Amino acid sequence: MEKHISSQFDADLTGVSSRVLELGGLVESQTRHAVYSLAQFSSEVANQVIETERQVNTMEVEIDAELASIIARRQPTARDLRLLMAISKITGNLERVGDEADRIARMVKQILEQGNPRNLPSTELRVASDLASALLRKSLDAFARLDVTTALEILKEDDLIDAEFNGFMRKLVTYMMEDPRTISASLDLLFVAKAIERIGDHAKNIAEFVIYVVKGADVRHTALADIESAVK
Amino acid sequence: MPASDTPIRNAIEIRNLDFFYGTFKGLKNINLDIAEGKVTAFIGPSGCGKSTLLRTLNRMYSLYPGQRAEGQINLHGQNILDPKQDLNLLRARVGMVFQKPTPFPMSIYDNIAFGVKLYENLSRSEMDERVEWALTKGAIWNEVKDKLGQSGLSLSGGQQQRLCIARTVAVKPSVILLDEPTSALDPISTAKVEELVNELKNDYTVAIVTHNMQQAARVSDYTAYMYLGELIEFGKTDQIFMKPARQETEDYITGRFG
Repeated sequence: MEKHISSQFDADLTGVSSRVLELGGLVESQTRHAVYSLAQFSSEVANQVIETERQVNTMEVEIDAELASIIARRQPTARDLRLLMAISKITGNLERVGDEADRIARMVKQILEQGNPRNLPSTELRVASDLASALLRKSLDAFARLDVTTALEILKEDDLIDAEFNGFMRKLVTYMMEDPRTISASLDLLFVAKAIERIGDHAKNIAEFVIYVVKGADVRHTALADIESAVK
Repeated sequence: MPASDTPIRNAIEIRNLDFFYGTFKGLKNINLDIAEGKVTAFIGPSGCGKSTLLRTLNRMYSLYPGQRAEGQINLHGQNILDPKQDLNLLRARVGMVFQKPTPFPMSIYDNIAFGVKLYENLSRSEMDERVEWALTKGAIWNEVKDKLGQSGLSLSGGQQQRLCIARTVAVKPSVILLDEPTSALDPISTAKVEELVNELKNDYTVAIVTHNMQQAARVSDYTAYMYLGELIEFGKTDQIFMKPARQETEDYITGRFG
């Protein structure tokens, strides 16, 4: 991308982009910690995740303020405008990833308070959660490099997480049928699984905004085949 | 080059237009439709030919020897480059407002009445009505209604420009050309003129040349980007400013033009 005549404009755009990546790094580690707190049933790690949530919220507000300032000062157009719109949306998605991590952590604490957590198949969730955090990392990479090819891969891989989620749900049902005493805790795990699945969805949304920035095509709510032909 | 979503009626159709300043070719094979009742903006760096193109639309260039246009400019189907074209009639149909306000050194009333008298024979009361109508259209009536006898030169720059727009409107043209109409005005006066442009398009076809891209984005329905005498891209303003098709357009409107 050629540089702007105004180098300050370039600096502003680079600055706000790196803030988004910083936020992305934060919620990605928050997600991994949330899943770890689940795997280890660690109340301590769960508390850390809940603590981080405040930091995520503050960053979201700060990034929005930076965006508003750039728009007011520069009246961006075309690709610059798309980038700033996308950053605003991506920030929103990242903040919600943080919310999901927070939800997992709170659930872990709740399961711990109810006792006897280790009889539940929480390790089954690790595959899905690893996939989700890898996908999130990949979507941030795609944004950092404005890489459409990677973004397209993410759209395909999100289906894997959805498949894992469905598989896990079936297992939980079997588990609950075998031992009805675990129903309450199993439902909690179901919510956790749903949170992980949503993190995958947010990664997918981020990938869609990368395509929007580079290609100018809004590919939300569009079938994958149509997206692929739109970005050619 | 037709706009992506060409309206049914075009006020002006420019076909294979070349323009020469002596031997220098200022416009190169321009093809463009100007939609009726819409605002079409021309943007591009200095010397790109946007003002030249505007000046061909009412043959303002004919005042200067050595300047000539080749091709066709069809105004409602009639080629105005035809040597038989009556230039006074043309300029009544295609009015023009310039960068610097150009009020005549006469009263506000006569600034409006002067042009009307050239084309129409109105009674005193009809002329009073026309002056009020034009000044109202020019969004300046309330500011000058109590001092119509004062000199047009006594007004502020922004008011003078709106007076000039009113003067153009007074002879009931079908097309109004605005050549950088706000570049000498402060932001409030600029906003008033932009608001006026927005109202003018209800009754007139407007073509505006501007150095201010945000102004083009604010006031126009269609935007043409020109560079070195060529029309690079033409389309709906939303499309040009959100997703231009040409890299050159993108570089210019995002401020990457080097």
